[in-house]
Amino acid sequence: MISAPDRHPHDVLVIGAGGAGLRAAIEVAALGASVGLVCKSLLGKAHTVMAEGGVAAALGHVDDRDSWQTHFRDTMVGGKMLNNVRMAQLHALEAPARVRELEGWGAVFDRTRDGRILQRPFGGHTHPRLAHVGDRTGLEMIRTLQDRAVAMGIAVYMEHTITHLTTNPSGVTGAFGYRRLDGDAVVFPAKAILLATGGIGKAYEVTSNSWEYSGDGQALALRAGAELIDMEFVQFHPTGMVWPPGVRGLLVTEAVRGEGGILRNSDGERFMWQYLPEDRRHEYAATDEEARTWVEASSASRQTDARRPPELSTRDNVSRAIYTEVREGRGSPHGGVFLDISYLPADHVRRKLPSMYEQFKELAGVDITAGPMEVGPTTHYVMGGIRVDAETGATTVPGLFAAGEVAGGMHGANRLGGNSLSDLLVFGQRAGAGAAARAASIADDPYMNPVQIRAAEEELEAPLSRTGGTDPYRLREQLQATMQSLVGIYRTASDLKDAIARIGDIRHLADDLCVPGGRAFNPGWNLVFELRNLIDISDAIARSALVREESRGAHSRLDFPATEKAWVDRNVVVCRDGETLVVGTSPIPPMPKDVRALAEAGGGA
Amino acid sequence: MANLLMRIFRGSPKEPGTFAEFEVPVEEGMVVLDALHWIQAHAAPDLAVRWNCKAAKCGSCSAEVNGRPSLTCKTRLSDFDLDEPITVEPMRAFPLVRDLVTDVSWNYEINRSIPPFQPPADTPVEEWRWQQEDIERVQEYRKCIECFLCQDVCHVLRNHEVERPFLGPRFLVRAAGLEMHPIDTADRTGYLKDDGGIGLCNITKCCTEVCPEHIKITDNAIIPLKERVADRYYDPIQMFWRRLRGDRSSAPAAAAPAASDGGDRSS
Ligand SMILES: Cc1cc2nc3c(=O)[nH]c(=O)nc-3n(C[C@H](O)[C@H](O)[C@H](O)COP(=O)(O)OP(=O)(O)OC[C@H]3O[C@@H](n4cnc5c(N)ncnc54)[C@H](O)[C@@H]3O)c2cc1C
Ligand code: SF4
Ligand code: SF4
Ligand code: FES
Repeated sequence: MISAPDRHPHDVLVIGAGGAGLRAAIEVAALGASVGLVCKSLLGKAHTVMAEGGVAAALGHVDDRDSWQTHFRDTMVGGKMLNNVRMAQLHALEAPARVRELEGWGAVFDRTRDGRILQRPFGGHTHPRLAHVGDRTGLEMIRTLQDRAVAMGIAVYMEHTITHLTTNPSGVTGAFGYRRLDGDAVVFPAKAILLATGGIGKAYEVTSNSWEYSGDGQALALRAGAELIDMEFVQFHPTGMVWPPGVRGLLVTEAVRGEGGILRNSDGERFMWQYLPEDRRHEYAATDEEARTWVEASSASRQTDARRPPELSTRDNVSRAIYTEVREGRGSPHGGVFLDISYLPADHVRRKLPSMYEQFKELAGVDITAGPMEVGPTTHYVMGGIRVDAETGATTVPGLFAAGEVAGGMHGANRLGGNSLSDLLVFGQRAGAGAAARAASIADDPYMNPVQIRAAEEELEAPLSRTGGTDPYRLREQLQATMQSLVGIYRTASDLKDAIARIGDIRHLADDLCVPGGRAFNPGWNLVFELRNLIDISDAIARSALVREESRGAHSRLDFPATEKAWVDRNVVVCRDGETLVVGTSPIPPMPKDVRALAEAGGGA
Repeated sequence: MANLLMRIFRGSPKEPGTFAEFEVPVEEGMVVLDALHWIQAHAAPDLAVRWNCKAAKCGSCSAEVNGRPSLTCKTRLSDFDLDEPITVEPMRAFPLVRDLVTDVSWNYEINRSIPPFQPPADTPVEEWRWQQEDIERVQEYRKCIECFLCQDVCHVLRNHEVERPFLGPRFLVRAAGLEMHPIDTADRTGYLKDDGGIGLCNITKCCTEVCPEHIKITDNAIIPLKERVADRYYDPIQMFWRRLRGDRSSAPAAAAPAASDGGDRSS
């Protein structure tokens, strides 16, 4: 029954059409190479569309004291010094140009009084830095990039899922996958492949991420021989919805706190004062009045000497605070805490946070201009990812590139809000250029080994031809429950070992997955391949978390509560040896002196 | 908690369509998409449904719920009488793929024909200055999440009434966003009149009624565009007399009351 799959050869194949993939494809096309862009959903529906708060870039429009150096320092401090220094530097340097470029392509950001791009404050950023459009910045960004890609005539393969990369001894040769609408196999021979597939949130029960976030790119890279770094760093965003059950985990943008939202426990106490790390306390307001002065100045886009409210501490810290408040019995009725913005004028709240206003009104029946929201931590983002070269996005496998959330290094142990959208633009552009250059250096047409293609095709068919076996929905529930309870905000060696054992059992059961129906738009069948990736990635997270015997950023070990100097210059690295994952550490080269001085500079300079 | 009866369209061009019935346990705050997910996880793993954000931000989950084009992730079960079954069908304007999934690729094709954003060649982007008031209208158009519900409900597309190309409300909104962009220099009036088929819209406003982003598609996007086309292509004195006589049949656009048009450039 196996007929020859459709073939779409390109110089560069970009897998993923979020911000990173689109920006990369635009770069490849601008350099004159042939590019194909593949995505699992319809074009324009990638995760990037959901981003709310904004894109970080030191434009200095609201506070002219801002500079790339300050942005760099904030990023390193937020990442607990584990960031790839070169990436953090390039990111801070190039983000302003990338944001202006979007405007040049038709994006319409909110404005300052003098008619320039407006910037809003966010957690961990010294100055107001996030260019935004109300709370739908991601939509503006993806639509602008999408329009640009369409205007350039880029070939887009929507609703195609890549399940395998093919390789030969000198690197990648192409990608294999299926078309969701009919389930038919498709091959994409390519001289270079760029992974921009996003994150892994579906490994957890409570997440702000959609079905697409099954770690496909990370797992494909592992199987092709690439390395993952920092996988123990999973960001639990402090504010997800907790009620009603159907929307548990849905994101409540940090912009609510950026605009002045106050966190309180069931005793009405503004608890964040107690959770500020001592060495950073001087950066935050000392009193309610000072915080209020800051909020008023910032909503009028005025420069102020008042310091920011304690709610704008970094995400790892706010999440631990909320978790602790709830565990100690001071939570809200549905197991979260209260987030209140209703003390500001209702009009102002509706204008600044229109989609949050709608989201709570429509989905929870709560008017956020009249009373508090209930919020709690939700799995949001993975800092770790495929190891890449900062300049070009090249992975350790020749011809394989990566950019965006799927790549590791840029954000270290904790990402600052707004730094992802800018990351997508900066490194999407760079990896696009890197992949185009690689393609240009190869004369021969790529040749995909037919044996590898046939094996991939057989793997696709297997779950449909089995009778009796494991149901993928149940198995995913098991995996998610394991990760949620054993590899969450707080971790211990015994929990992690338990998780690794359970993931091993789940891996066995996954050999025997079975689904009814055919290949045409069959979500159960599609889930089989996502589950395979989720298992690999969950395993990588749990094993990495066990190796890092300290607490840093988003990785909190109850059995190793201190942040250890000995761990600041080491990445945990995962690679694959046949069917098993191998975990080790690799040293981070020392920072040049001047860069270290910049990264460690104190105060709000 | 109570159980609810859901009637879900199932079928594909190859199999005849039927309504399958499922009993779904109802939890507080549940939306239609939650019920569909419950069915997938417990009764019909191969039920074809599109979704992504579950937060009315991506426009993937469009379907017809009890006949009304809706985002299933935003449609609360508590808005219905749960003693009656809830019926979910795919959007009717587009060819069926399977179950609740339709082939919406037509939208992506027609979008390609719209002349793209064209900034002035001589002003560098660093020097662009606009006031917030001047962009509010354009930002309204740019809220569109491409759910295609307006395309689904527009009778011109739904009943395939014409052979001529017609952008449909979604892409008239997009064209309006480009035309009224504070710095765009292209002129799309000729395109809108001919290839865009703007004259085919007879301002029934059904599109505006279903838009989950509350974009005033007809008043704020289509009518101002029609006015631009009319100003450009029809004799203004003639239009004046027609307007005086209240003759709407031949030129509905020019006869309709001018919508306030904050983001407009003078053309
Ligand atoms: C609710 C929410 C709000 C956020 N708000 C902000 C914010 O305000 N500021 C900020 O900086 N960051 C924010 N983030 C984070 C940021 O949006 C994401 O990290 C970022 O959009 C990821 O972009 P990406 O291009 O890497 O991937 P995505 O945009 O997720 O795109 C991934 C693409 O890969 C495709 N893909 C995946 N697997 C495959 C496969 N196997 N085959 C083919 N295609 C595949 C998908 O279909 C998709 O097109 C937010 C995230 C969420 C969830
Ligand atoms: S107003 Fe025009 S575009 Fe909208 S539904 Fe009616 S005919 Fe279609
Ligand atoms: S204009 Fe409204 S209804 Fe139409 S596609 Fe956009 S969001 Fe959907
Ligand atoms: S799932 Fe995104 S709009 Fe409904």
